[in-house]
This record gives sequence, structure tokens and C-alpha cells, in this order.
Amino acid sequence: MSKHLLALNVNGQPREDAVADGLLLVDYLREVTGLTGTKQGCDGGECGACTVLIDGAPHLACLTLAATCEGRHIETIEALTVEGRMGRLQQAFHEHLGTQCGFCTPGMIIAAEALLRREPKPSEAQIRDALSGNLCRCTGYVKIIESVQAAAQQHG
Amino acid sequence: MDKRVQAVLEAQHSVGERTPLIDGIEKVTGRARYTADLPLRQPLIGRMLRSPVAHGLIRAIHTERARALPGVRAVITGADFAAPYGVIPIAQNEWPLARDKVRYRGEPIVAVAAVDEATALAALALIALDIERLPAYFSAADARAPDAVDLHAKKPGNLEREVDQLFGDADAGFAAADLVLEQNFHYAEVAHGQIELNTAIAEFEPETGRLTTHSVTQVPYYLHLTLAQCLAMDASNIRVIKPFVGGGFGHRVEPLNFEIVTAALARAAGGTVKLEVTREEGFLTHRGRPETDVRMKIGMSKRGELLAVDCEVTQRGGAYAGYGLVTILYAGALLHALYKMGAVRYHGLRVYSNTPPCGAMRGHGAVDVRHAFESVLDAMAEQLGLDAFAVRRANLLVPPERTLNDLQVNSYGLPACLDWVEKASGWRERHGKMPRGRGLGLACSHYVSGSAKPVHWSGEPHAVIQLKLDFDCGITILTGASDIGQGSSTLLTQVVAEVLSLPMGRIRVVATDSALTPKDNGSYSSRVSFMVGNAALRAAQNLLALLIAAAAKKLGVSAEQIEWLGERCVVMGGSLDSEKGLDFAAVVEAALVDTGSLMVKGSWSTPIETQGGKFRGAAVGSTAGFSYAAQVIEVSVDEDTGVVTVEQVWVAHDCGRAINPLAVEGQIQGAVWMGLGQALSEETQYFEGLPLRANFLDYRIPTIVESPPIAVHLVESIDPLGPFGAKEASEGSLHGAPPALTNAICAALGLRLSELPASPDRVLDALVALKRKQRQQQRKQASTEGD
Repeated sequence: MSKHLLALNVNGQPREDAVADGLLLVDYLREVTGLTGTKQGCDGGECGACTVLIDGAPHLACLTLAATCEGRHIETIEALTVEGRMGRLQQAFHEHLGTQCGFCTPGMIIAAEALLRREPKPSEAQIRDALSGNLCRCTGYVKIIESVQAAAQQHG
Repeated sequence: MDKRVQAVLEAQHSVGERTPLIDGIEKVTGRARYTADLPLRQPLIGRMLRSPVAHGLIRAIHTERARALPGVRAVITGADFAAPYGVIPIAQNEWPLARDKVRYRGEPIVAVAAVDEATALAALALIALDIERLPAYFSAADARAPDAVDLHAKKPGNLEREVDQLFGDADAGFAAADLVLEQNFHYAEVAHGQIELNTAIAEFEPETGRLTTHSVTQVPYYLHLTLAQCLAMDASNIRVIKPFVGGGFGHRVEPLNFEIVTAALARAAGGTVKLEVTREEGFLTHRGRPETDVRMKIGMSKRGELLAVDCEVTQRGGAYAGYGLVTILYAGALLHALYKMGAVRYHGLRVYSNTPPCGAMRGHGAVDVRHAFESVLDAMAEQLGLDAFAVRRANLLVPPERTLNDLQVNSYGLPACLDWVEKASGWRERHGKMPRGRGLGLACSHYVSGSAKPVHWSGEPHAVIQLKLDFDCGITILTGASDIGQGSSTLLTQVVAEVLSLPMGRIRVVATDSALTPKDNGSYSSRVSFMVGNAALRAAQNLLALLIAAAAKKLGVSAEQIEWLGERCVVMGGSLDSEKGLDFAAVVEAALVDTGSLMVKGSWSTPIETQGGKFRGAAVGSTAGFSYAAQVIEVSVDEDTGVVTVEQVWVAHDCGRAINPLAVEGQIQGAVWMGLGQALSEETQYFEGLPLRANFLDYRIPTIVESPPIAVHLVESIDPLGPFGAKEASEGSLHGAPPALTNAICAALGLRLSELPASPDRVLDALVALKRKQRQQQRKQASTEGD
């Protein structure tokens, strides 16, 4: 498969990489940049574990060709730490047990981050709506909702 | 404040505190490394070729062209393995790659390792299979038909295991009953749906003959044994490491084909192989809860006492044994130990079929039977004019109690669970008074805290923990217990911290690396908190005794005179900052004199009286402690669409003692929710053995949108054998969710569902049937009156 030079911004760092035309963004992030916080839990677009922000909007990295991200800003779970410490959502998910096995957590937190940027004080219905594409098999979602609410409150 | 005083005050209690997971920060920041995340230098990529037919004789496998493809480093088949595998030592009939026969569509037959994925896939495309088709059976009934071909030699009639048990005089019980009710139920097969894809990495060093495997397992020790057996390797040349694991729920409680295949590929290629399977392949290896038919007959007195139970269970087990015989035994064993019963007859049939093998899924064996039981119980209470709570309270146990089938119940918080959910749900004020389409349903349930006899009975203790203490004054817990997200490493840290009155920050956990950590049977049947918790408690007590002895010697007093305060100890009666005391560092220094680095062990075994009776199969269901739960579910049902919405769940769970109330709540919420998934929408489905729902769009795990609030109340019955009184804290609550849901649907619409999941099509069909029946009755009544 032919390769092209891809220039984009990942977590604030400009990058240039030669990538195959068919390379998915999730594989680019995990294998080329080494950012393994973004997970893959399905065969494409089923589970939401690979959710990343592209120019601030949540996208499924497993359904996105890396080549289509030319010039874009990608943000992954690794970008949400603040000066090396947990960001507000990360801290809330940790303290309120919004994470159990942790595998869906990066995608879940990224989807919640997109929500809080758009809607700093979301209602429970808005939280449910924003996270509806992210499956979690451990929590029953109860503590995920509480975690997002706690993060939103802290923001206020 | 004096620094010493402050340190002691900070060494607050750890047990009973709401404690975030000790590995939670890694998870929320994305730093946690799961198997697929481990850094590797250009591993070979493994892939498997699977059977296109559901049942057939393998006549030939042509791999020559694949082997000749540049970049292919290994091609293996079933012939490359020394022995079959299976988690139950007496039921090992599965090969990592099929040999001679294939028994389900998607069974792996050939595996390749190549320099990259594209080459591996190209190699698979060059392999030709010559398989002679045999008749295939996709239901238990078809597999049991008189003329059916046997899947396995020595298993006539495709019967893996038949169980016949009778405890008490069932016939007399039914004869004495004021009401006898019998109903049939059908349950779809469900799967675990852990979000992490199955992945294994195996590194083989040809020069030394050593193998290191990283995998997503819940049972690294069983995997270790299986690798040694299937690869005919000395176990000492194998190292198994479990990194972070993205959920298990029973999917990974037995060694799975992909893990063994990866190791065999690595050995054949003489290098490192990474094998990640797809979600679709994950469903082919699901090991979920089998499709099950239950016939449930209960005899009851007019006061609601359970005089006799007669239950028949048929499970479509799939193509191989796996945990099957345990599953069918659990289904019968756990009819007991929730309520007092007059007599119980159980007939269980575990049947082989040409579908992927089933296994142990959260709530192993007993979930479908509990649904049937609680449904019939509810219907009988209604017919007798008894309240749902009253009928359950009429059959409560009084601990300590020995059940009819020799299970030992030492603590029993069910009465308190019932009281709480009755009040919290507003049952008295609301039940039966809600508008049509809305209703409340109740169910009770229970589960074991680990099996009192392990699968591999070696005479070793059930659990062993080691604590390492060295010059740095840090304590390292070495444990083989698999934290798969349930928080076991956190719990063990709390237990050790509590015993030593030390802050948790002094304690680290190194887990699940067979080169470093003691053997542990694994994370299944809710055994870890109870068994490994008890081992950790004893290890910490042993370390404490050493430390106190060292402090006493240093201070020139007797051990009894030492008041242990964790970060500091003093001579009894002295003040915290008195000179007659030692900081923790000084105690450690004293303890290391002459001996150096300390390694202290703790172990635990189930007492003999909890290990069950003497009859065949008695070990299954036996446990050192039963958890108990009651839950009320509120639903609304749309009569036009058949859509069931769960509005709220109230669940009370007797976990003995909540060592980490935060984690216990999370476990119970997740368990109830998983039970609701089975009850509402989850089912696998096959066409001629081809999975039709092998993805997360068609296999309908509830999303956050349809998931209800779940209010949890913890009942602490303080079990006499549990660590700090703790018992099981999740699976017990799962069992009650499906029947509480369907009992609520009945309260809403008068509709008793006999099939799960309660998907909209099934609810609508049942509603139509109910209305037809009601119309027929009205017509009959009208014509009788006309006469």
C-alpha cells in the first residue's frame, strides 16, 4: 500500500509521519505515536473505546483513516492530564469509581470531555446522550454518570 | 502537632473506607498497559483459520502454499500439540486447533505467524481445508434425538453429564402441598462481552527453551498448567504474566485456544508472536451462559412454606466440555441455601451441540434457575393471596444452618435485605396501586464466596500470599490473584494496611507473574475477597508478630507490652512521643538484624465442614460463605411496542462486611445491570451454527441511555469465616435482577414471561397470546352463561 506524508497535531505536538493510505487513526495513534491509551474493543464502530477528539469533536478512531486527519488537531486521553496530574474528569472517574477494569475509560472520558467543553453544566439526560456510543461492561454506568457530574461541579 | 503523633493519626482504618482503586490513576490517564499495549520490537503477527462447517471430519489440511509464502515464519495445526485441554481435569476434550474433527463453525484449525498482518492473512487464504461434513445439531433437543451422530466418542446421546439428585421426600412434600405449580422456561444463550479484545503475546527463546506468555486471562495459573500440558513443556520453563485486564466476567476463567496457539506459534517460529483476535472471534470463543430450558415445579403450603421443589434443567453446552459439568451441577446445588425447603428433586442434562462451547459466566450455573424459581414463587404467592415479601419471609433460614444438600450457611443477611428494599421502594404504598403499564417486582438471590473445593484439588491451601519487607520500609504484597477490574489488589492492600495500622501508601502490590508471585487459582466464583483476603489477613498478622517481637527486643520489654500503632509503637501506657517507643523505620531496622530482607507468608483453606457432602458432585455449590441479596425493580412497559424500560432498581446485598464500600457498590451495580442485560436484550443467535450477532451492534448490551439508576444498600452480617467478616459482593445480586424484572412486568400488565430476554418482540407476542387467551375465556364464559 502506498504511503504519504501526514502532517497533523497530536496532543499539542506537531508531527509528520509517513503513513499508509489505509492506516486507521487508531492504529496510527497506538502503533506509530505509541499512544496506547486509546483502545480498540470491537471490529469497527461498535463500542466507543477508541473515541478521540478531532478538532475538539469526538470521533471514533477505528472508523477514521489517519490520512484524513491532515492538518487536524487530535487529542487523546493522554492529553487530558494537566502538568502531569489527572485532569478534572480523570480525577472524578478515579475518585468516584467511574472506572473498574478501565478499558472503556479513555474513550468514555474523552466523550465526556467533549460534552463538558460544549456544555459545562450538563443535565443527566445530556450526559446519557453524550456517552450513548460508549459501552462499559463493568459499572452499569451509574458511577460513570456520577463521575461526570462530579467533574462538572468541580469546574463550576 | 508532633510528626509522630500525626503519622499515627493518619494511619486510620483502611477496612471499611471508600477507597479508590490503587491502580485507578493508571486507568484514567491511559497509562495502564493491557496486553495489546505492551511495547514489543517487531513481533510476528499470529492469525487463525477457522472452520467453515459446524460438524465434520478433517480429511486433509493443505498448508504447503502458505508455508512457502515469503514472510511466513510458522504454520501449525492440531498435530503440533501434545495433549488436549479443558479446565476440568476429568473433562479435557478440546484441542487448541481442531484435530481429526471440527465441532462448531468457527473452530480454529490452522494458525500462522508472519512478519505482518497482511502476510498472515495472505497465508491463511492459501490454506485449503478438506472437511467431510457430518450432521450438525444446534439445539439440545436435536443433539439428543435418537438418531443423532455423537460429537464425542464415549459420550452417547451427546450427553456430557446427567445429574439426578433427591434430597428429602419430594413426593410427600407435593402431596402435603396446598398449591402445586409447574412452569416451563426458556433462556437464550448470553455472552460476557468484556470490552477488551482477546490478545496474547508469547516470547519463546529457542536457546533456553523458555516461554513467556502475557495474556488477558483471569486464571494465569490454569493457563500455565495448560501451556505445559499442551506444549509438553516443563512448567518451570514457562512464565505467565497477566497485565491489566479489560474485564472478564467468566469469559477468561479457563484457558482459551488463542492463548495456547500463540505460545505454540512462538515456539514454532522461535520468536515473539502477538495474536489479537477480533470481536467476532471473541464471540466464537465466548464460553457464555448456555441456552437453557427449565421446568420448575413447586409445592407450597397455604402459608407460603416451600414443601417440595422439582426442577429439570437442560443446557445446550456447545461443542466441548469446558466448565460444563460444573455448570449443570451449580444449577441444582443453588436451588438450596437461599430459602428453607422441604425437599428438592433435581434433574440436570448437559448436552453437546455444534455451537461454540459455553462456560462460566458471572453467576455461574444458577442464574436461569433462579429466574424460574422466583417467577413460580411469585405466581404462587399471587394465587394464594400472599404478598411477595411474605412468601419469602415464610421460608427464611436461621444460621448456622446445614442445607438438605450439605451446604453450610454461617451468616444470613437476607431478612435485613428484604426489609430495606421493601421500605426504599415504597412497596407497601405503591405495589398494586400503580397505573397499568407500570409495576414493581421483587426477587431474592444468593451466591458462593468461592468454591470450597478448587478445580485442581492438590491439597495445597486455597490461597497463599507473601509479604516482602526490606530496608526501604515498604511492604510489597506478592499475590497471584488476578485483578480484572473488580479491585482485588486494592482490597488486599486495605486488609494488610488494616492489620498493620499502616497507611496504604506504604504498601505496593506485585501481582500475577508466575516468576514472582505465589500460585493462585484465579479470579472466579467470587473467591478472591474471601480466600485471598483471608490469606492476606494471616500474612499481615504474621508480619505484625515479627515486627512486634523485634520492637520488644529493641525496647527491652515483652511483646505483650508493645502497643502497636503502625507508624509508631510504644510501650503500653506510654505516650505516642515518649522515648520508650520506636518509629516504623526503627522497628524495621530492628526486624532485619541478622535476617535481612523479610518474606512472610499467609495462607488460608476452607474448613472441612464447608466443603459439602459426600454424594457425587457435592463439591459444587459448597462454599465457606454465601452472600444474599434482595432487589425491587420498577418498570414501565409500552403495550404498543413491547418496550420494557427499567425506571429504578433498589438492591440490598449482604456482603458480610464491606471492606471497600465504594468498590462493593460498583460491583453490585455492575452485576445487577449485567443481569438486566440478559433479561432485557442480550442473546446470541445462530443460523446453522453461524453466529448472527457476533458484534456489539447485534448483541445488545444496554447502553447508558437505557440503564437505570441502581440504589445500593449494604447489609453487613459479619460472616464468621470471612476476612473481617466479608463475603461475596456482586454475583449474588446478578441472579435476582432477571426475575425481579419479569415479576415487575407481571405487576405492570399481568403478563408472566417464560422466556428471556424480554425483548420487544417477545413481550408483544406474549401480550397478544395473553389477550387471545383472555378473549377465549370471555367467549367461553359468555357461551356458558348463554346456555
